[in-house]
Amino acid sequence: MAKTLVQEFTKGLWEEIPPFRLVLGLCPTLAVTKSVENGIGMGVATTFVLVFSNILISALRKLIPSKVRIAAYIVIIAAFVTVVELLMQAFTYPLFLKLGIFIPLIVVNCIVLGRAEAFASKNGILPSTADGLGIGIGFTLALGALGAVREVLGAGTFLGHAVFGPSFEPFTFMVKAPGAFMCLGLMLCLMNLVGKK
Amino acid sequence: MREIIRMITVLTVLCAFAGGLLAAIRQGTMERIENQQLQFVKGPAIMQILKGCSNDPIKDRFKIADGKVERSFFVGKFEGKPKAVALETAAKGFGGDVGVMVGIDVDTGKIVGVAVTTHSETPGMGARAKTDPSFVEQFKGKSSQQTIRVTKDGGQINALSGATITSRAVCLATTEAGRIFKRLKPEIQKDLQKFK
Repeated sequence: MAKTLVQEFTKGLWEEIPPFRLVLGLCPTLAVTKSVENGIGMGVATTFVLVFSNILISALRKLIPSKVRIAAYIVIIAAFVTVVELLMQAFTYPLFLKLGIFIPLIVVNCIVLGRAEAFASKNGILPSTADGLGIGIGFTLALGALGAVREVLGAGTFLGHAVFGPSFEPFTFMVKAPGAFMCLGLMLCLMNLVGKK
Repeated sequence: MREIIRMITVLTVLCAFAGGLLAAIRQGTMERIENQQLQFVKGPAIMQILKGCSNDPIKDRFKIADGKVERSFFVGKFEGKPKAVALETAAKGFGGDVGVMVGIDVDTGKIVGVAVTTHSETPGMGARAKTDPSFVEQFKGKSSQQTIRVTKDGGQINALSGATITSRAVCLATTEAGRIFKRLKPEIQKDLQKFK
């Protein structure tokens, strides 16, 4: 049952959205969603890697011997992550400082290797591109949403601008690790409730 | 046998391609990255040390070869004359190298200011070397030509409570800056003529 290109793209935005549906990539999700800006920045970086590695792996899928496929995928993914890292250092240095070690950790983000193995290695270049774009944008949206909840409640700001008046007592629990877990859990619960028609 | 040769070939070609791509991008972005680092990391530290200067120390900078290393010196002009230079040194702290920017008055050799640039110290503990202005304030006015130590080691600097190793690293880096300044003084003074 082949899906159209558009369907490959949109599935990443709802039915197969990481980290809420695919439950992949939880580590960066918890760590960088302290603010909307960090979340979206991380999402964009991951999308870049997803799209380009999906394209290259799909293009080479008939050439890479099955026994060394994981090693080959990791080389490709790591190369693109390093490219993203260098580009971020050159063009968005403050964001690079804020995301810190989580940029190189995109290499081991299960979403990237997962899509490479589950999709790009078995499908053509165009569907793989759509898949990478959809999943990547879905991830970015999820990070943005989680970041928004945590930033607004935990720091009283949105994208750095104060949302409430000065009398607002920030719910700092939200910007710490336990708050992240709780938030993620609640979002998962919400998605399941809405998804079950 | 053919299978193994195939696997080796594919992986080798892939790695060679990746290496080439990364080398090219690195080459292409190297200068821009250096400028960004200057602007966001070293810049604030330099402006803190050379506060009140009439020029742009980042633009007015020169490099001197110190053995195998190339050192950057940032010039601070006060009352129209180049009075101080800032240089960056590093010393081993608790979590890694602590980068320190040291400003030295070229005539008196006295320390004009000290600021931490990069570090991997513990937040709330050693990281206070960067966030607590009263710590680095202690270095101001001291001669750069002495060995600066924390009080525990017989010196004059009050270490940050609970962060002796970080404090020692800042002292070490500052002392090293003084030594570099003394060693390269003739060249520094020569290069400063360009900024008069």
